Amino acid sequence: MDEGIELSLTIAQIIQRLRGSHLHSQIERQAKECLHQPDVKLESLKEDVRSFLKTSGWERKLQNAVYRELHIQLPPRHPPAPPEHLKEPLAYMRKAQASWEKRVLKSLNSMSTELGVPLAHMRPAAEQKELTNKWNEMGTDEPDLSRFRPVYAPKDFLEVLIGLRNPNHDSSEDISARSHWGLIQVPLNVRDIPHLREAYSELNLTSGQMGIDDHALIHPDLFENEYVQIGKKVVMEEDSAAAQQYSRQGCPTGLRADLWALILNATNQPQDVMHYEQLKAGVIQHNLLVDNLIYKDVKLTASNDDYYFVFEDFLYQVLLCFSRDTAVLEHFKYNSATPPKSYIQGKVGDEECAVVYPPNGVIPFHGFSMYVAPLCFLYNEPSKLYNVFREMYIRYFFRLHSISSHPSGILSLCLQFERLLQTHLPQLFYHLRQIGVQPLRLAFKWMVRAFSGYLSTDQLLLLWDRILGYDSLEVVAVLAAAVFAFRAENLMEVTSLASAEAVLADLSTLKVMPLIQVFLFATAM
Amino acid sequence: MAVITSCCVWQTGHSLQTSHLFFQTMTPDDTKPVNFTVKAPVYLQIGDTKADTAHSGVCVVDVNLPFGKPVNIEEVTFKNYYTAYVTVRLLRRNPEQEAPAKWCTALRDLPLMDNPHTERGSQDYYTIHRTQMQVEPDHVVCVRLILRQPSLAWLTFSLEDIKIFPHTEPDPEKEVSDWLSDLTLIDQHPDLEGLPDPQTVSSSIQQMWALTEVMQTNQTTASIGRFDVSETHSQPHLSCNECVHDGGDVMKFGR
Repeated sequence: MDEGIELSLTIAQIIQRLRGSHLHSQIERQAKECLHQPDVKLESLKEDVRSFLKTSGWERKLQNAVYRELHIQLPPRHPPAPPEHLKEPLAYMRKAQASWEKRVLKSLNSMSTELGVPLAHMRPAAEQKELTNKWNEMGTDEPDLSRFRPVYAPKDFLEVLIGLRNPNHDSSEDISARSHWGLIQVPLNVRDIPHLREAYSELNLTSGQMGIDDHALIHPDLFENEYVQIGKKVVMEEDSAAAQQYSRQGCPTGLRADLWALILNATNQPQDVMHYEQLKAGVIQHNLLVDNLIYKDVKLTASNDDYYFVFEDFLYQVLLCFSRDTAVLEHFKYNSATPPKSYIQGKVGDEECAVVYPPNGVIPFHGFSMYVAPLCFLYNEPSKLYNVFREMYIRYFFRLHSISSHPSGILSLCLQFERLLQTHLPQLFYHLRQIGVQPLRLAFKWMVRAFSGYLSTDQLLLLWDRILGYDSLEVVAVLAAAVFAFRAENLMEVTSLASAEAVLADLSTLKVMPLIQVFLFATAM
Repeated sequence: MAVITSCCVWQTGHSLQTSHLFFQTMTPDDTKPVNFTVKAPVYLQIGDTKADTAHSGVCVVDVNLPFGKPVNIEEVTFKNYYTAYVTVRLLRRNPEQEAPAKWCTALRDLPLMDNPHTERGSQDYYTIHRTQMQVEPDHVVCVRLILRQPSLAWLTFSLEDIKIFPHTEPDPEKEVSDWLSDLTLIDQHPDLEGLPDPQTVSSSIQQMWALTEVMQTNQTTASIGRFDVSETHSQPHLSCNECVHDGGDVMKFGR
């Protein structure tokens, strides 16, 4: 009986969200127009209209929209649970997230007062005109950004995660069978290899994988040709759920863009293009302080990267618009973070005079632009690139920089990485601790960026295929452990932090799928 | 009598069909929970309580319902705080018979936490509905909740915010008008919180219509201010009109 109630609540929520959307009006219009068709009869009106919508592909579009809603839907709300419980059930984590946010805001505010730059101001008309002309080549601009510094870097965030403690956790026993050698001291549920083998069964040694079996030396008839044919069919069918399942074994390069757009249901409809144009107009009209942070971040990270420097202009076009997109505020319902608020002068505390700053509620940190950079290889149309990035952010990337107990949250990923290492490479972990190196300090920067900027692009995209296919970031933690397993011999010989860092400095030659496959399915238990 | 168990044993799945989130079912929203007194939770120890400093793994919480007013329970809701399993026992007194009240087990070892050593489920909200209980929770005088937390990882465990909702019998005899009003009640289920009342929305839309009609007849050339930010203030702040921070579908007034 409970499952029935749960299902009808879920259905009601989804209907509520889709009602009044553009898809709804399109389907209504199609239904009205199909009445002119001869094979639609009055007696069997309902069935005929339904079958028309099915054959013309509209039912599939609706299915995809529902599937997308299921990805970001909150669990049906139990009556006594307050909304913050849905964001994050554990009270001490909410507190830690709130105090972290305060720190970040303080840093932003002090930067604003020190430099005398307002949080937002309107651009003068001449500047607006100039920006409109230079929209496609903002990278040529060389503004003076030396005074700006990133609001925080991943290593600051790591310190917060390390310091997280559950007040109800009994840590009086230092050495015990359960003692944990790593830095994360929060007992979250993380999966070990036997469970991962079940969950990631498509990555089995016996299944073909893009990234392994599409190698030049393997005859394409063995796997690749047939796999690409199936992929083409999936793209033609326009089915989100099928695309997601398909993506688990990887996407062929030529089909990846379409498949990812399907999985994320990022259809580039006219209203999406219009929305993007509105955001662009917002960028031209107003200058936000976070714009400078974005400029600085792109200049420091993506522009210096061999693979991504060519996309510098795209990155500005996407990230500046992203900062102004209030549609992103919706994801704060299930994000443990809360968007920062700014108040009209003199009315601090009055909720009616509160405004979210930046408009999308996300303050970029050092390395943020690397979430967008790999997508530039797939999409060259700005509004489509923007839609895909936004959807990926509100489904996955936000979890990498907020404190939460979610299984895909960065805290769970860190703990999972440490547990996997301690369980399956205990000698290595012990050795590293002996020389004063905590493995998490080496792997954290990879995980927080989902390996963007550390792997070569084709390998990174193969990894992100699996993130989309399994709807989870766990594979990032598995890869981090697999990298340590791969370089274990070298790491066992190092005697200092600097040399350990040197061993792990260059990941650009790694092939991710063999590493993950071997770690999950060929590790001795 | 309450059961004393040793700390390290924890059971895995169990036969009663359970899921981790139970949902409030047909209870109308205005049902008030029953007023009751909760005695202080008693943590059980093996052996001499003074000498033994080991953590207790079992706790008993007695909920005494108002004297002389036995309750038919619809559902029990609570917020978990690191309890792994809960057993619900009821003291029922049959009003017709003169027999003394009897204890019975309504639910045995309901798992609240996936794994007693880890966080999942540790602070979640739960509901136990009468249909999930193995006996009919009618004429209940006292509810005893037996909490178990076999893991040594936690300093303490309990349940918070325990509420008991009484069962209301639907009226068997109904007038037609009652049925009609019941139909509109069903229309409002499931209650989606945070959504505006359709009546107010439609009346405000009508007002907006009237306004647009008025505006069309009184065209003005005065410009309407937009996102106006002051540069002269030393403190960072924003002042704005509401239209900028909408989802983007609102008419934008130009300068």
